[in-house]
Amino acid sequence: MKNRLGWKEGAAVVFCLIHIIPFYILFTSSFKAIDDFSSKWMAPGYFYLDNFVNAWKEAQLGRALMNNVLITVCAGILIVLLGSIASYPLSRRKTALNRTVYSIFVSALIVPPLTILVPLYKFMVEIGGMNQYWGIILLHVTFSLPMTIFLYTGFISSIPQELDEAAMMDGAGRFVLFYKILLPLLKPATATVIILTCVNIWNDYQFSVFFLQKPEIRTITVALSGFFSQYNNNIGWVAAGSFMAAIPITLVYLFLQRYFIQGLSAGAVKG
Amino acid sequence: MSHVKKTFQPRSSRSLSSSAWINVLYVPALLLFVVFIFYPFYKGIQVSFTNWDGYSQESKWLGLDNYRRLFTDPDISNVIKNTFIYGLGSALLQNIIGLAYALFLNQHIKMKGLTRTIIYMPAIISPLIMGYIWYFFFQYNGGAINDIVLLFAKDPVNLLGSPGVNVWIITFVNTYQYLGIAMVIFLAGLQVIPKDYYEAAKIDGAHAFSRFQHITWPLLAPAVTISIVLNVIGGLKLFDVITAMTNSGPGYASASLSTLMYQLYFGRQDAGYAAAVGNLMFVIISVISLAVLFYLRRREVEPS
Repeated sequence: MKNRLGWKEGAAVVFCLIHIIPFYILFTSSFKAIDDFSSKWMAPGYFYLDNFVNAWKEAQLGRALMNNVLITVCAGILIVLLGSIASYPLSRRKTALNRTVYSIFVSALIVPPLTILVPLYKFMVEIGGMNQYWGIILLHVTFSLPMTIFLYTGFISSIPQELDEAAMMDGAGRFVLFYKILLPLLKPATATVIILTCVNIWNDYQFSVFFLQKPEIRTITVALSGFFSQYNNNIGWVAAGSFMAAIPITLVYLFLQRYFIQGLSAGAVKG
Repeated sequence: MSHVKKTFQPRSSRSLSSSAWINVLYVPALLLFVVFIFYPFYKGIQVSFTNWDGYSQESKWLGLDNYRRLFTDPDISNVIKNTFIYGLGSALLQNIIGLAYALFLNQHIKMKGLTRTIIYMPAIISPLIMGYIWYFFFQYNGGAINDIVLLFAKDPVNLLGSPGVNVWIITFVNTYQYLGIAMVIFLAGLQVIPKDYYEAAKIDGAHAFSRFQHITWPLLAPAVTISIVLNVIGGLKLFDVITAMTNSGPGYASASLSTLMYQLYFGRQDAGYAAAVGNLMFVIISVISLAVLFYLRRREVEPS
């Protein structure tokens, strides 16, 4: 490796700058006072935090953040639990029935759940699942299962079946076998599943906006969109709100970016 | 991808597979599917034959009227066109740019990791928030683009308010946000191409372009398939970015099938028709993604 920086490094810097511009504009917009009409390209020459304080209060972002955490964590746990146990028979017992069941699960990957919005909304009203944590959690779990089952089934199939047999020979029951032996081996798949599904659930807007309409149960994106339509003219507030809403997941990403990039692309490459 | 093949190997033992009761393990997942996908899907077909308004108890049977309306609706052809631009346009752009970045970053470059991290970053942010961020760019009053335009012209340009233009701006935003995923898929694909192929080609005097054409491109085919199919599906169902940037306006000028359905249902209480639009969207998305998938899969096997 040469010590000098060549044109390639120069090009890389340019690419980075181009991709950072939107974040820079978000940054300058959110720190500017409401009567500051200077160009968005100019950084404010002063320190001003009112936008953040107001956005936090008006959009109830604190509450929304709690809701996000609660919904994402509960859904994540259920997804790993239901997805992993469902994939076990699907990868170990390949009967005609199980192949069909597997195809049913996986075919849902292609079709976006948004297409059944109208009847789903009606159904959720009927069963009292509107504005309920359990309602949105069950929806997220259901719509995340195709990808989860797809990943787990592929992964379990790559673990030699002799391992199961050896354990059973030693007298381990199926469930013991599953939790003591297979689940620990599934850790990489589990990490992928968690990252893939939880990023989607955390960022979700298209479902949350329909099923979480009461202010006290809104998630970040829903709170932010309500806030945006209300204070359309006050760009500073909206920018500060978006800024705060993007921070948690960006920080997690920067610390765990290796796993994120591996996980998110693993979900794709195994297609 | 290797483990997929292994699943078809002959079973070494019958004893394990004879215990059918372990199938109960997928019953909970299947139950959720039946309750939250199949049942609503079935109901949706019913609703689409009625004039249900979205909240009352009553509705009248209309037969195929809602589907006939689809063909006469003055907005629908433009909405379908937009949906195609969002789906196919951004898939094309994401893959071209993603591939270019992947080829670039697949070399010895300092700050390779940093560049990859930054290009990928938008993909983990909520598309709604990404829409707002770009709204600050393209907005009419005080948008970042118009700040530059005003240096050269007298009047700002109304980018988000111009039908036709705004559709491509939204496509651009979707591309910007998710091209990192295409890049990472291609980077992973490039890693598995054996280096000796290139060495051998070099000895034979093959140029960079012909090396790309005869080695990289054919061997990257599986990655291309996955990346394109993913992006097509993602683009066809685009919703958040449109809502954030134009709210499908002006009128329905930048609407996609998903935002149209939303507005029919919640804005115009036209639930029966909205359900029909949902079913149309279901058909369009599954047909297109399956067609793209099969076409690209066939291309993978054919020698080029």
